[in-house]
Amino acid sequence: MAQGWLQIGIFVAVLVALTKPVGVYMARVFTNQRVFLTPLLGPIERLTYKVLRVRPEHEGQDWKAYARSLIVFSLLFWVALYLVLRTQGIQPFNPQGFHSGPWDLSFNTSSSFVTNTNWQYYGGETTLTYFAQMAGLAVQNFVSAAVGIAVVVALIRGLVARSGREIGNFWGDLIRTLLYVLLPVSIVGALFLVSQGVIQNLGHYAAIHTLAGGTQTLAGGPVASQEVIKELGTNGGGFFNVNSAMPFENPSGLTNFVELLLILVIPAGLTYTYGRMVGSQRQGWAIFSAMFVLFVGGVIVVYMAEQHGTPAQHLAGLHTHAFDGSTGGNMEGKEQRFGIADSSLWTAVTTVTSCGAVNAAFESLTGLGGAVPFVNLSFSEVVFGGVGAGLYTMLLYVLLAVFIGGLMVGRTPEYLGKKIQAREIKLVSLGVLFTPLVVLLSSGVASATTLGKRSLSAGVNPQGFSETLYAYLSQANNNGSAWAGYTGFVQPHTPGNVGSYGISFADLLGGFVLIGARFAPILFVLAVAGALASKKVSPAGLGTMRTDNPTFVFLLVGVVVLVGALTFFPAILLGPVVQSLTTRLF
Amino acid sequence: MKRDLLTSLIAVAVLTLVLGIAYPLAITGIAQVVFPGKANGSKLTLHGKTVGSILIGQDFKGVPAYFQSRPSATGYAADATFFGNVGPNSVEGREEVRENLAAYLKLNKPYDRSLTRAQVPVDAVTNSASGVDPQISEANARIQAHRVAVVRGLPLRKVEELISAHTDGRALGVFGEPGVNVLELNIALDELGPTGRKSDISTRFRPVGGLGGGGDEG
Repeated sequence: MAQGWLQIGIFVAVLVALTKPVGVYMARVFTNQRVFLTPLLGPIERLTYKVLRVRPEHEGQDWKAYARSLIVFSLLFWVALYLVLRTQGIQPFNPQGFHSGPWDLSFNTSSSFVTNTNWQYYGGETTLTYFAQMAGLAVQNFVSAAVGIAVVVALIRGLVARSGREIGNFWGDLIRTLLYVLLPVSIVGALFLVSQGVIQNLGHYAAIHTLAGGTQTLAGGPVASQEVIKELGTNGGGFFNVNSAMPFENPSGLTNFVELLLILVIPAGLTYTYGRMVGSQRQGWAIFSAMFVLFVGGVIVVYMAEQHGTPAQHLAGLHTHAFDGSTGGNMEGKEQRFGIADSSLWTAVTTVTSCGAVNAAFESLTGLGGAVPFVNLSFSEVVFGGVGAGLYTMLLYVLLAVFIGGLMVGRTPEYLGKKIQAREIKLVSLGVLFTPLVVLLSSGVASATTLGKRSLSAGVNPQGFSETLYAYLSQANNNGSAWAGYTGFVQPHTPGNVGSYGISFADLLGGFVLIGARFAPILFVLAVAGALASKKVSPAGLGTMRTDNPTFVFLLVGVVVLVGALTFFPAILLGPVVQSLTTRLF
Repeated sequence: MKRDLLTSLIAVAVLTLVLGIAYPLAITGIAQVVFPGKANGSKLTLHGKTVGSILIGQDFKGVPAYFQSRPSATGYAADATFFGNVGPNSVEGREEVRENLAAYLKLNKPYDRSLTRAQVPVDAVTNSASGVDPQISEANARIQAHRVAVVRGLPLRKVEELISAHTDGRALGVFGEPGVNVLELNIALDELGPTGRKSDISTRFRPVGGLGGGGDEG
């Protein structure tokens, strides 16, 4: 395992090293300062504003105006995506002749991509045209990521505003994020991925005669351009059904390393951006540290659990120890080129962030290894989290921790010189509790009714319960990874949606969960930003509780773990914990 | 509100055009010029005919003269991938491993009498994630080398040399796990063939009834 720990160690070190430069760059972008790309992109930015008829520098929005622009924009894009999916049969770039998707599945998929989730009931290469992948899904990979980042930038502005109402301009934040952050990295990253073997073409699938005399059809598609933003925007929707396990998406240990970095670089960098924008780097590092502790803990648990193997394998007489030339461990649903270490690292990375891309089959994880994704999601994606979404949710927990800390020492809670009062705490509580509530209600309904059972593949047992709970945990937290046996789509005759239909209950419940658990917290966050923006900053005194030291980091981790554990522990017990405690089969 | 609607409408159109059409098409254009082979699937040829992709594993079952890929839950489909979704405590999972283990020993033990169950590497009897994992572990290849050498009438050392030549190390010496590319290795073996014609070799080594009607005649 030493080599595996080395890989994980290097990854973590590179991530920490990138946090500052990326964070500084983004801080400059969000505060309208010059960056090295300004000479090239400045004219394009101004042209875009002209086309959109907005003047971000002169039109500050209060939280309500900001929220209105965001909601209207997202709603229209939802409609656009739904139309693309429902009419793909008549669109160009459809060499395979795929038909349009069913209404309920398309509802779920549209909701999934507009909310930065990329939960996938559909199978990419068997149901979607290249046009739908490019002009439908990949566009949302950019846009939904930019929306998340815009929200956290607005919240930060609210925190630092010296009394006022304005928290920025949505259109400015959106366009600057797309133009200066997401698009340049995507262009460079996509070309790098192609150079390593990720495919990028628009051709017909290639039927070949194999060496042993059989036949095989090699899928095609504009994969690299979508792969890069899928990771960078913590979206996670694979071009292929098996996502980043497919060699055409992720061909080597090197692409795997780069893709992992792409997933975490913005969420980690944003903590530094935060420190810079609030004028105290220590505040940013405090949040980074809390996230880091929870992240590393998860990696260690998955890796050790997966290296152990599963009860089914041991009972079949398989020896799962490592020896010269073999990784050992639970290789079911894993790829040789990633082995146990990289699959485990990926599993932790993709579930602490709300990415949800996978390079191994989650449903085939060991009981304990599989518990880690559950636990990561039950922390409401605050451990780095989705781009923007992770930090803004974490900031709600920060405010909660400040409030609890204030109660413990008996002082009015203050954060960055701003008093945290009843209105803020009400909004924070709503923001923190909304998503868990949605998860418990929806997975409860799906488990208890016969309608929900139609989606199960493992049957009515702990594995089946894991499938259901994870489905709604993942959709509500806008993650998108899955215990993939759970389905909302039946495709009897591949390919191309011929004779296929959605499972309406799972599609609709999931779709509403996706939308609710994305946009309700965003509204609460923007409301908090608005409430804080108008508060005066009082200078820190002797009695001010510090929020940039290890004590506060400890408190913050404690609050995150407590809220997550108290909400989800009983449910997680019934699924992965049962499986990790027994060697019985069912 | 009306203004938001108008701005959003324009934004949806502009962003779809730029991010959804211009960006992927530009990347496709550059990729097709600069990396045409990789952008189109890193295809491999034998005697001028495309026989697969270096990145995509193939089914070699029933042809003992070829190194065997890892088990696949999808029949090695490269245009309709899905996960096996076998759980850690599932009876189905135990049965699958049990069968794979028995089949692996049955195939290889006649050529390597000292082979025991404890020596079978995990990758040889578990489904890959993609169903088209192009690689097997080095241990798995070393075991199969005995069989391939005997069936093909090659010295074991020659086969082991080929394995080394087609083993992909860790990226930059650190990332990922080493693996032996099965298709590449099998092509290299065929290129050694006495007549140099693929059909001769696979016909010669194909066991009776092995591929049930499949064939590469023509």
